[in-house]
This record gives sequence, C-alpha cells and structure tokens, in this order.
Amino acid sequence: MTFKMDVKQLNLFYGDKQALFNVNLGLPALQTTALIGPSGCGKSSFLKCLNRMNDIVLQAHVEGQVLLDGQDIYAPSVDVVSLRTKVGMVFQKPNPFPRSIYENVAYGPRIHRLFKTKSELDQIVEKSLVRAGLWGEVKDRLPQPAMRLSGGQQQRLCIARAIAVNPEVILMDEPCSALDPIATAKVEELIDELREKFTIVIVTHNLQQAARVSQQTAFFHSGYLVEARETGALFTTPHDERTQGYITGRYG
Amino acid sequence: MNNHIVKAYDDELKALHSLIRHMGELTFEQISKATQSIIECDAVLAREVIDRDHEINLLETKVDDLAIRILALRQPVASDLRTVVAALKISNQVERIADYATNIAKFALILKDMPLFPEVKGLSTLVQIPMRMIKDALKAFELSDLNLALQVWHMDREVDVLYQAYLHKIFSEMIEDPKNVGPCTQLLFAAKNIERIGDQSQNIAEAVYTMITGKPFKESDNVKNEPKI
Repeated sequence: MTFKMDVKQLNLFYGDKQALFNVNLGLPALQTTALIGPSGCGKSSFLKCLNRMNDIVLQAHVEGQVLLDGQDIYAPSVDVVSLRTKVGMVFQKPNPFPRSIYENVAYGPRIHRLFKTKSELDQIVEKSLVRAGLWGEVKDRLPQPAMRLSGGQQQRLCIARAIAVNPEVILMDEPCSALDPIATAKVEELIDELREKFTIVIVTHNLQQAARVSQQTAFFHSGYLVEARETGALFTTPHDERTQGYITGRYG
Repeated sequence: MNNHIVKAYDDELKALHSLIRHMGELTFEQISKATQSIIECDAVLAREVIDRDHEINLLETKVDDLAIRILALRQPVASDLRTVVAALKISNQVERIADYATNIAKFALILKDMPLFPEVKGLSTLVQIPMRMIKDALKAFELSDLNLALQVWHMDREVDVLYQAYLHKIFSEMIEDPKNVGPCTQLLFAAKNIERIGDQSQNIAEAVYTMITGKPFKESDNVKNEPKI
C-alpha cells in the first residue's frame, strides 16, 4: 500500500506533559483516514502534527518522523508555509474570512501566486467551488459576503478555500460538528468525492460518520494509537478490547 | 464484557436473548411432543403441537421487531452488531425447526389411522441428538460459547449416520411387505424432518461461530478440529 503520509515513532509533548506516545500510522494515498477516540485522547493533537500546526503552540515539542511522500516535514529545510499548502486544514467551526465568497476562495491562490491572469484566478475559484459542491448555490452571488451563507455552506466554502491552493492532503477537525444532518450529509458526500484527488484525514466524535466516510479508522486512547485498521473491519471485529469498549458504548 | 453506558441498550440486548431463549424452549417442547404424538398415536397431542406453532411465529416476529429497533436506534457495531445479526438469523432458523415439529405432528395425524407399526419407536432414538443440538446451540448463543457451538456443529454427523441407518431399516420393511409402504412413507417423512432439525441446529451453531469470531464459518477450517465433549 502507498502511504501519502507515514508517521513513525511520533511523540508529542506540551511542556512536561506527553500527549502522544510512539504513534506509528500510515495514511494511504487517496483514502480517507478517520481518527476516533474519547476527548483528550490525542487525536486532534495528532492531526495538528501532520501540518505542523503544533508549531504555534507554546512549549509544544515533537519527536519522531512525519513523512510526506517520503520527506520528513519536521526537517529543518522544510518551509512551513509551503507545507501547509500541501497539507490543508478545515476546522470544526466554519471560519470564512469577513470578505466576499469569491475573495474567500481567491485568498490562498493570491498569497501563493498560483495564477497569472484574472481569468485564471476566476477558473481556480470556480473549480474549487465546483469541487466543494457549492458552485450551483453561489455562482450568482460571488461578490456577496461569505458570512451570509448558511453554516453548511460556510463549511463547504472553507473546504473550497482549502482546495483552492491545490493541496495533496486535507486535514479535517470535526468538520460537521456544528452542522445539521442535511449539511452534514452534503459534507460527507463531498469528502467521498474529494477522495479521488486528495488524501483526507478526519477527526470525528461521530462514530457513524467515521464508518460512513473513511476507508481506514484509527482509534486513539490516552495518547496511544490503540488500533488502526480498514474501517469495515474495525467496526465489525475490533481486535483490541479498548476499541471494542469505545465503539460499542461500553467505555467509561 | 462491561455494560453499556446507556443501560436501556443492555436491557434491549437482554430482551433479545430472552426472546430467543423462550423460542428455543417452546420449540424444544414442540419437538418432544410431536415425536411423542407420533410414537403414541396421540392425535390430541399432535393437534396441540400444530395449534401452538403460531406462538413461535409470533416470537420470531418479536425478535425481528426488536432487532430492527436496536439497529435503527442504537446503530450497533462490533460484537453488538454481530449479536443482533445472529439473533435475526437464529430466530429464523428456530422458527423453521418449529415448522418441522409441526410437520411431524401432522404425520402423526395421518399415521393414527394406519396400523400400528413397530419401527415408529425408532424416531425417539433419532430425535435425541437433534434435540440436544438445538438446546446446546442456543446455549452457545446465550453464553457466547465457541467450544459448545463447534460441538453442536460436529454432532450433525451422528444425526446423518443414525438417519441413514433408520432409512435402511424402513426401506427393508417396505420391501418385506408392500402393506408397510403406507405407514413407512409417513415415517420416512417424519425422519427427514428430524434430520432437518439437526441441519438447522448446525446452521445456528455456524451463526454463533460467526457472532463470536467475526469470521464466516468455513467447514474446511473446523471439520478436523473437533472439540472434546
């Protein structure tokens, strides 16, 4: 199996406190990996290690390797800004910029100078909105403020914004937790479509969502990766008793 | 295994087990009475068996309803999912077994108008192992006992051997005197239904195997590894 990202012997510390212990996990290319586990288990911390978001956390310290296409993203030569164009992120709450719909998507390509003409930028914006399944809903009101969109539309706009810079991996931190079931279904459908072009990692507390959208599921507990397997296998025949307890609601 | 955080979920799974247990007890009784009715030419008992079959059908419906409710409301996974799926399969198989008991009772009603035939008593020997099989298969389900499920699976071979021997005996009687053909034919049908009880109990054992291990039952993996009884 080809891993787009391969995490080896990862340890994460926040000051003296260790948050992740010797995590080894391969993220298969063009697949969705779901990270599940109880609150505080380290799944979001792990996600943030994948595009060095922990760099901005005071006293955060990482040991081990996180390979993207075989290159360690923690190597001194790595440009973090460039890394984050390759490994994009979508957050729990939709966080569009207080600008127009168009400008939200155009922002990344502008920063990274991904176009030469206005027409090229228009194409990037349209393509990203089409991929995010939002184009049909917003094409006639691109200059309008993004804040006027519904929560579900805002989240898909954030996904469009993330994919506008041509990332290779998209990290999603509970992207549907603030959305209603219809908006959630749209985002889940979108995740399935995006898998054709991107490798996706999603943190979710919704076990059914993990089962629906991912091909691999990783269960974290107390900073340890307990079990990572093909999603169908993990949800029908988990190997570890802690996984079994958590997914069947016997945890506690 | 620990209890669920949501107690009602545990209660529903317990209720599912309880319904299957009740189905099993009733079906066991039905097989026993059906066999007795045919051996003792007891038409009243045979009718009682036939009349009670609907109770088992009703229980199967209750298992279906509860299992569907659990699937819809609890969205079970892992061992819980496998238990609910096994319960659905097993209730269907137990209902089929109860139908076989009813069939045997129906043959008893036909046989009562025919001359008493000594080989009828052979049915009481033939039914012993299938009755033990269904009892143990359901016990294996309730206790998640893999060894017991495998024991049940292997018992079917003995049933097949006894069934063949019984057929041989009945065929000999038919050849000996053509007057025996009428009652012997009914006995053959009854014996076939008893043999099918063994087959269905073996299917229950396979469902229990899958429930416990999460793997589909493969005859090739288990035929050599006969557990010690």
